[in-house]
Amino acid sequence: MNAQKHTVTALVEDKPGVLNRIASLFRRRGFNIESIVVGHSEVPDLSRLTLVMGGDEAAVEQVTKQLYKLIDVVKVSDITSDDMVARELALVKVRAPSSARGEIIQLADIFRANIVDVAPEALILEVTGDEEKIGALLELLRPFGIVEVMRSGRVALARA
Amino acid sequence: MKLSGAQMLCECLVREGVVEIFGFPGGTVLPLYDVWPQYPQLRHVLVRHEQGAAHMADGYARATGRVGVCVATSGPGACNLVTGIATAHMDSSPVVAITGQVVRSLIGKDGFQECDITGITLPITKYNYLVLKAADIPRVVKEAFHIARTGRPGPVLIDIPRDVFTEEAEYDYPDSVDLPGYKPTLTGHPTQIRKAASLINQSLRPVIIVGHGVVISRAYTELRDLAEKAQAPVTPTLLGISSFPGSHVLSLGMLGMHGTYQANRAVTDADLIIGLGMRFDDRATGKVSEFAPKAKIIHIDIDPAEIGKNVRVDVPIVGDVAAVLRALNGEVQQGRHTEWLAQIDDWRESHASDVVPDSEKLLPQQVVSKLYEVTRGEATIVTGVGQNQMWAARFYRYDRSDAFISSGGLGTMGFELPAGIGVKMGRPQDAVWCVCGDGGFQMTMEELAVAVQEKVAIKVAILNNGFLGMVRQWQDLFFGKRFVATPLLGPDFVKIAEAYGILGLRATRPSEVGPAIERAMEHDGPVVVDFAIQPEENVYPMVPPGGSIGEMLEAPQPVRSRSSARGHRA
Repeated sequence: MNAQKHTVTALVEDKPGVLNRIASLFRRRGFNIESIVVGHSEVPDLSRLTLVMGGDEAAVEQVTKQLYKLIDVVKVSDITSDDMVARELALVKVRAPSSARGEIIQLADIFRANIVDVAPEALILEVTGDEEKIGALLELLRPFGIVEVMRSGRVALARA
Repeated sequence: MKLSGAQMLCECLVREGVVEIFGFPGGTVLPLYDVWPQYPQLRHVLVRHEQGAAHMADGYARATGRVGVCVATSGPGACNLVTGIATAHMDSSPVVAITGQVVRSLIGKDGFQECDITGITLPITKYNYLVLKAADIPRVVKEAFHIARTGRPGPVLIDIPRDVFTEEAEYDYPDSVDLPGYKPTLTGHPTQIRKAASLINQSLRPVIIVGHGVVISRAYTELRDLAEKAQAPVTPTLLGISSFPGSHVLSLGMLGMHGTYQANRAVTDADLIIGLGMRFDDRATGKVSEFAPKAKIIHIDIDPAEIGKNVRVDVPIVGDVAAVLRALNGEVQQGRHTEWLAQIDDWRESHASDVVPDSEKLLPQQVVSKLYEVTRGEATIVTGVGQNQMWAARFYRYDRSDAFISSGGLGTMGFELPAGIGVKMGRPQDAVWCVCGDGGFQMTMEELAVAVQEKVAIKVAILNNGFLGMVRQWQDLFFGKRFVATPLLGPDFVKIAEAYGILGLRATRPSEVGPAIERAMEHDGPVVVDFAIQPEENVYPMVPPGGSIGEMLEAPQPVRSRSSARGHRA
């Protein structure tokens, strides 16, 4: 876990334009955001987002305060120093002619990745984990020829 | 009760206590204009440019503390509001802007006079709405007024498509708002207040910096109590002016780039800064790494995001300034800072910043200080930005609270005339003087027609130097006297006034200033006075941009004598 990176979660009202407001805030104030993920929460009409950002404590504090200032933002928590569960999902399309397929499937097993699509010359792997785990799998797959990667960015919850 | 969207909007405005609405009609707001006559309690003021509508609403709001309302049509009308909305946003002024939008089926199709005004105003409003069904109008208006005037006030825009104005729905005005993400903190945290009191009680060289928040919170008495009890001198930011009596013995005069010598030195030498309702703007702090280097900082503001944004803070307190001060004052002990105040007096005497120069030629300082004399300090002064603003800030003594209204944060040229009209409509009993430069006046002088049509007896003082003066001053001091694009050919402002049917006066010599102002005050109606001032006069002291406020350029020293600007001190 990179100590420089902060994980902030927020509950926001599920209204048109809310993501635009948040993105506009980051752009305007020059905040450097590494990833942002938004989805429905357990509460109707509220979405939960996870964002990962670099920067010092003061920068994170400003982001938190500026987020709070948005009318549609209900709650913001910097959970970096909390005990938290953080995961990322990646879909990896990798070149897999029959000669290489066995080895790729072995790697997928080790990383507990699922093979979600099989084509004559390629496979799509679905893997979840922290950024390091996904990075490690990508490194191992690279020699086979990675065609496309889609990473979700981090989602996180503080432990109960 | 079923009503059209337009009728609902008017019902809601009436419920919110709106009287004046500053606006300009057009295609998409026609259904709204069509129902005005059904609501005689609403007075529509027809502006000449939508920017004027936004500034009038802003001026009205600042003068009354109530929400100012402006209306424009879609596309260009809405876009013309933008400068005014941004001005209100930077200065935390409660404005509700209502814009028409193209019919719902055309949104996103680049229809005639369509523009994404909610997208455009996203970063310059406190919140904004695109209303997609008439039934939402009551809730949206209720929320908009609540958001605009509570917490740290600010502008809210409501964009309404033309066919939503004509759609009928059941009208029911809500009693309350439900905004789970919006709960401003009003009372300060008791532990923080105790910490602040303890710092104040231990301090040897305290300085109170007051900002617009003190005016918005109407915390005048509480501020005075704190200053007198702690024996702490007070310096306002530009928009903090007139929150503390200018002739009070603890008044330092304005802080910052064009602040007084004693204010800037006191802040630099202070061991404690108490920032009240202000945001440590760069024009007030100068080079931020050298700001108040010896001081601990207490920062009291209603907006948590302001705390720690620009300077490190030792004791932050989030809350309404008046409420926090009431709690704080109870814990502050009677202070005595004889040495510190003597040091400040010494700076004040040895580097007199606020002395009106004697001159055969007409100087702007003479105009403003004469304005103070003739109006006996009882006028409300409204300015745009530039040299005229600085002279108006420094050479009128504000003993009355809330008597200085100016575009501070955005620094908008042309704010003064339309804002002044809004101020005068909000406070008809006040003498309202718009202090303009010849450049700023030419940006919005079309609004003189509004003063005539609506019989708004504002007085306009043009400090006419034939230059874009503040830009010229920077060219003079920092760009090798290369006066590019700053010499300014203006019209005959007396004739301009007369063309509008307004009394126009001119003063070209110091002896003509008093009589011209007296004549303007006696005249029952709007007046424009053209003061032909010395073109090369600069504003001093000046902290060079990017410099530390402890290091100021002072006026080149011809013989200067003391005169009226600081006469009687309390």
